[in-house]
Amino acid sequence: MEIFGIPHQAFLGQLMLGLVNGAFYAMLSLGLAVIFGLLDIVNFAHGALYMLGAFAAWILLDKFGVNYWYALLLAPLLVGALGVVIERVFLKRLYGLDPLYGLLLTFGLSLILEGVFRELYGVSGQSYQVPEQLTGATNLGFMILPNYRAWVVLASLVVCLGTWYLIERTRLGAYLRAATENAKLVQAFGVNVPVMVMLTYGAGAALAGLAGVLAAPIIQVTPLMGSNLIIVVFAVVVIGGMGSIMGSIVTGLGLGLVEGLTRVFYPEASSVVVFVVMIIVLMLRPAGLFGKEA
Amino acid sequence: MLKRLSFAAQMALLALLLLAPFLGLYPVFLMKLLCFALFACAFNLLLGFTGLLSFGHAAFFGFSAYVTGHLIKVLGWSPELALLAGAVTGAGLGAVFGLVAIRRQGIYFAMITLALAQMVFFICLQAPFTGGEDGLQAVPRGMLLGSVSLMSDTVMYYVVAAIFLACYLGIARIVNSPFGQVLKMIRENEPRAVSLGYEVDRYKLLAFVLSAALAGLAGSLKTLVMGFATLSDVHWSMSGEVILMSLLGGVGTLFGPVLGAGIVIALQNLLADKVGSWVTVIIGAIFVICVMTFRKGVVGELQAYMDRRRQHG
Repeated sequence: MEIFGIPHQAFLGQLMLGLVNGAFYAMLSLGLAVIFGLLDIVNFAHGALYMLGAFAAWILLDKFGVNYWYALLLAPLLVGALGVVIERVFLKRLYGLDPLYGLLLTFGLSLILEGVFRELYGVSGQSYQVPEQLTGATNLGFMILPNYRAWVVLASLVVCLGTWYLIERTRLGAYLRAATENAKLVQAFGVNVPVMVMLTYGAGAALAGLAGVLAAPIIQVTPLMGSNLIIVVFAVVVIGGMGSIMGSIVTGLGLGLVEGLTRVFYPEASSVVVFVVMIIVLMLRPAGLFGKEA
Repeated sequence: MLKRLSFAAQMALLALLLLAPFLGLYPVFLMKLLCFALFACAFNLLLGFTGLLSFGHAAFFGFSAYVTGHLIKVLGWSPELALLAGAVTGAGLGAVFGLVAIRRQGIYFAMITLALAQMVFFICLQAPFTGGEDGLQAVPRGMLLGSVSLMSDTVMYYVVAAIFLACYLGIARIVNSPFGQVLKMIRENEPRAVSLGYEVDRYKLLAFVLSAALAGLAGSLKTLVMGFATLSDVHWSMSGEVILMSLLGGVGTLFGPVLGAGIVIALQNLLADKVGSWVTVIIGAIFVICVMTFRKGVVGELQAYMDRRRQHG
């Protein structure tokens, strides 16, 4: 069977790969959006934190024999703790300034983190074994689905929707959304906003770390894996607009699929297609697909 | 008193520019420094005087570097025409970037320019004329105006110094012109500029194109001096470096970016063979220190200090 002259196995395989990439775009842009909403900071270090998550999983397995499932819990906690430290030591002092300074500071931090890991582990990648429960593939009849990829898409969907639920449907989320609108007023109502801001950045960092652990078995774990991804995620954020949580998720997954499709029909353009979509969206709808501001 | 001091300092710097090759400094290093100083000044025209943070200036620098290298090496163009073509390429690319990016403000502007520059990077990686991973190597310097050989480092130095000086004075002129005043107004209060009837987007676009053209010229000049253009010229880390140069020296000051470029390039030269990839860490640390402690940069803080002293007698 063929779809548009492409063997359907290859076609569906690329779509699946696109969906996996989209899952990472969604998780990372979600974290960026939450952090931006409350802290007014575009977290350039998000890519570095994602890289740290992957390295944390790899180091935990290699040095301490901690398996994938524990790493899935432990690595995000470690990265989140680092996020809390970053917020307390650096970002806290930048609130109220032009948001550009936050971008520049986190850019500097990501250079430091990447540089240190490059010095320690070199630029060549470390490979991380797929956990044994998820090795192999399932034959669905119309395609052969690698189990681990299916798991990544499923897990990230659960995480994304969980975050959406937390922010849009719970009391804590209501505080968060209120503080995004007017932090002073929420503080006056007795909510400890500084702690909430700190934990939000930590949670955003942990989310990036979790994405890193999920990515570790399917890509080479390298010090530069984050910075290459984060630029695409920025484009995703521009396309989706940072105003809506669901918007980030949908845009992330959608662009992953678009990228996968491009890889089928015109592979040379697959690395730039997201940027092309960004240009088109900016021309037609400058605020982004889900953006609210003018 | 202060004015006389500043005049004396300017004359001293001019003398330094003219006499530098005789002070025992390595001319290729000096030329590289001037190329990056020009790049940083071009960038600062946008960030410092218009308030637009472009995170994609490596695209203009690097792409023009390729164009100039290709024109000289493959098509045999003369250096002056190839440099001009580099500046025009920068302007053209800048117009495209500008038209897309000025549709959003602030932090989005930075992200859009970064994404566009990454697209240019991928194009350079795949396009046949850039030499891919190897880059363009062994670009000859050729004969200026068909008669002056640029093979000698001293001759080349004075050509670079003349171009740098002309561009620096040009930027100073732009900044102090009525057009420059409008740019500064946009930086300080964009809604107000709009309400006063200025077509803000056109001013922003023109500033962007000018900045991109000069950044392109800087990249072209770098190709001519060093004889190569590589992927690291178009990489996002180059955009980061030029931001650091401006920030370190002083965003919104004329001389700051030159000083910043000097510090960064000197640091890279000194450290490159001693500490290897720790250079990235050091660059990152300077970024962090700069943002945390002296956001106005060296020249900016110095000016602020002088102003305070003057006010307190």
